[in-house]
Amino acid sequence: MKGLGELERSIMDVIWAQPSPVTAREVGRLIADRDLAPTTVMTVLDRLTRKGFLVRTRDGRAWRYEPAESRDAYIAELMLGALDLTGDRSAALTRFAQAVTGTEAEILRKALTGLETELEDE
Amino acid sequence: MTAAALATLALVCTVGAWRLTRARWPYRAPHVAIVLWQALGVTWGLAGTGALLAYALSPYGLGVLNGLHAFVTSVLGGHGPPEPYGPPRILALVTGLAALAVLIVVLLAAGAQTSRARHRHRALLALIAREDPVVPGVRVLDHPGAAAYCVPGLRSQVVVSEGTLKLLSSAELTAVLAHEAAHVRERHDLVLLPFAALRRALPWSRVVRDAQSEVSLLVEMAADDVARRYCSPRRLATALLRFGTAGSVPAPHGALGATGSSAVMARVERLITPGPALPVGVRYSIVVFSITLTSSAPLLWLIPH
Repeated sequence: MKGLGELERSIMDVIWAQPSPVTAREVGRLIADRDLAPTTVMTVLDRLTRKGFLVRTRDGRAWRYEPAESRDAYIAELMLGALDLTGDRSAALTRFAQAVTGTEAEILRKALTGLETELEDE
Repeated sequence: MTAAALATLALVCTVGAWRLTRARWPYRAPHVAIVLWQALGVTWGLAGTGALLAYALSPYGLGVLNGLHAFVTSVLGGHGPPEPYGPPRILALVTGLAALAVLIVVLLAAGAQTSRARHRHRALLALIAREDPVVPGVRVLDHPGAAAYCVPGLRSQVVVSEGTLKLLSSAELTAVLAHEAAHVRERHDLVLLPFAALRRALPWSRVVRDAQSEVSLLVEMAADDVARRYCSPRRLATALLRFGTAGSVPAPHGALGATGSSAVMARVERLITPGPALPVGVRYSIVVFSITLTSSAPLLWLIPH
């Protein structure tokens, strides 16, 4: 039995892989290899919707779920935060090195070449 | 005269901060310099607001903290503050309390905003990031760009991008992870928080801006110093340079300062040719001075004059 976090992840992966909105029953079928109770699937879908990762629309008596954003959009959002490009000046993350712009990168490239030849000589 | 003493203290902190942004020794002892920066920050806030309040409340002759208490009880009691209580004192009281409130609110708001941003970041990582046998315990993000960072908190997470794994050699990767582990262990995020908050409160202030970027750089150097115990400093240096040159990121809406390459170069230089360490005596003196400074403002808040 996997944790709820792991389940959320697998269900998001399933929904991201679908070209159109899916119902809870379809999600249950698509991850059929796991012996999941339909209520568990419903619970996880509900949690993901409340967290804002899924958007649901009425379809007859069932809900259809689709991702709020694509996987790539979320990756891009994380990278913007990681590179401190969100412009919010917060101290939310501690980074290894700040990003550098074009002309500045040139200065660093020269230094790197120098240092690498030095290391090879050793 | 407590008000004058506090005003002097605030002025000393401002001048001290200005001088410290230009000093060279902090790069030789970043941990010590961080302690001094924190002392300057706390003292500046308490002394600046305290000076105004001490002046406003001097008719009570009870000091700042007890004077505030006496003021509240006398106003609530309906018999008003004692004479003489002219407009200058009222203005000082209002300004002092407002400034104190702004500092506290800004700090709390920055804390709340930071924790919201981290919460969102963690939630996304849980859905997207993967584990990689190459780097056990580290979350990997499928993106070709170079990034390595940590999401601080009670359960800190170190994250690297796929691009980082491709960019760095395994020795360099070890160095980067040692650097991030140092950030996690020493809770550098908490060091940075008040300075980030102050920057938002006083965005026009040059001293505050310089202070924030200086403290950010010192925190990186402190983490470099810890990392070099576990890895080759040269590998850490080449990792830094490789990161900088991999900067395939366009700068949107001027979010980047021009300090990028100079900060990286400063770190690289001290990794390759470390200067002489600051003598132990000097280090201790600075720490003792910082402690004295930090305790001076609260003491001045307490003593009646």
